[in-house]
Amino acid sequence: MATLKDKTAIAGIGQTRFAKHLPESEKTLACRAIVAALDDAGIAASEVDAFASYTMEETDEVEVAKSIGAGDVTFFSKVGYGGGGSCATLAHLAAAVATGQASVGVAWRSRKRGSGPRPWKNTAVQLPTPAQWTRPYGLLRPADEIGMLARRYMHEYGATRDHLFNVALACRNRANQNPDAVMYERPLTRDMYMTSRWISEPLCLFDNCLETDGALACVIVSAERARDCRQKPVYLHSVAQGLPAQHHGMVNYWNDDPLTGPAWAAARQLWKQADFGPDDVDVAQIYDAFTPLIPLSLEGYGFCGRGEGAAFTEGGALESGGRLPINTGGGGLSEGYVHGFNLINEGVKQLRGVSTAQVADASTCLVTAGEGVPTSAVLLRS
Amino acid sequence: MDALLLPVVDEDGAPFWEYAARGELRVQACAAPDCGRLRFPPRPCCPHCQSFDSEWRALSGRGRIWSYVLPHPPLLPAYAAQAPYNAVVVELADAPEIRLVGNVVTGPDAPLNSVDPGRLRIGAAVKAVFCPVSPEATLVRWLLER
Repeated sequence: MATLKDKTAIAGIGQTRFAKHLPESEKTLACRAIVAALDDAGIAASEVDAFASYTMEETDEVEVAKSIGAGDVTFFSKVGYGGGGSCATLAHLAAAVATGQASVGVAWRSRKRGSGPRPWKNTAVQLPTPAQWTRPYGLLRPADEIGMLARRYMHEYGATRDHLFNVALACRNRANQNPDAVMYERPLTRDMYMTSRWISEPLCLFDNCLETDGALACVIVSAERARDCRQKPVYLHSVAQGLPAQHHGMVNYWNDDPLTGPAWAAARQLWKQADFGPDDVDVAQIYDAFTPLIPLSLEGYGFCGRGEGAAFTEGGALESGGRLPINTGGGGLSEGYVHGFNLINEGVKQLRGVSTAQVADASTCLVTAGEGVPTSAVLLRS
Repeated sequence: MDALLLPVVDEDGAPFWEYAARGELRVQACAAPDCGRLRFPPRPCCPHCQSFDSEWRALSGRGRIWSYVLPHPPLLPAYAAQAPYNAVVVELADAPEIRLVGNVVTGPDAPLNSVDPGRLRIGAAVKAVFCPVSPEATLVRWLLER
């Protein structure tokens, strides 16, 4: 069977600053990140012939290609379901490059969430019809929707707020080491966590990701080409998307087992095509729009059994030097929330050996996209 | 802007809201003779047998709290005015695989924050009540059973 295993590699990464407010437009930020990624790879913009991003991305490939000076583009793709699309952008480009549909692919995400409107705060929104079953009752925001799963998870498995704090703390500690993180030099304490304001009980302020302006991009080429580029190649070892049976986005309450979300579907495919398993993962970048997504994802991706994700966070397991260091740039909780794309670039930094919280000799990294929505994941290896 | 959000009814969901307006909690069921499985949310085709025939089966309106959250602002203004309130998922007593999002209140027209959150717990028994919110829509809300 033909697979994408190690056929393509990430040759360049780029990003803008992360901040609550940036003056430039999303289009400008997107172009800056893409140009930086191409420069990092040492590849001319005129060679770019493939693009992939999210359906929620406001800067489209036509405008971006024109602005950066791309040549003829022969592949373009957009992935739906918000943060679930991050790793799928790489998967689509890897497939395009590996099958000869294109030779240089760019994936990107640009966002001004820090300074943009929040629909639940100050705008009337047209509700998509599935929302008729949830929104009228005041289940308005992703934090409310995931909080529902979190309380059930806590009830079934004895998970506590201390477990969620373990997640928030690991991400904040890594951000404290990362000068590019929004929460650089802003330590978090248990007391701050336990006394912070509620967003949607049982989730408090520090269980939620940051509202961030910023953009990131990466460049994908064939493995062969990557070996001639400026940077050490980071190979796409396995890629997967996941939309499980009877799933309902964000409110996965209507399948047989709501606590097994899209991560489980993506993981089955991801590991099926990999030469190694969860025990061989040196470092992980796990989508953290909300702290409960970490224990749920640890279970889904097979780092522990069902119901064991909260206990897994104990004893510093997620910290540097722990059993599975996660989100080593600070993640969405503390580096910046750019729909998970910063997790991809941080994974690349780890396998290049240049992370601000470098895991010694890291050669394998799992990166995941949004859990709770149709998702995606990649296994990277050096 | 200052009103609670109304359901945006679609073709598949319309019968649910029509029955609710008559004070009935009904869930879509497959009408194929050998199937009869319930499904929620409503949709055109049975995921078990692929039949396009469906009916709406009356249920007891009793259930248990499967989980709940207490949203705090920032929220849309009408919701912020009542926050913190509860939003719950109820699993139905006669069809535990069917779960409905709703609110636990002290009466059909009572505010979303009318029940002391301390009285909420997973597993608590609740029963449906019906609250008309527009000519088209009647919301199903829930009372705690003693």
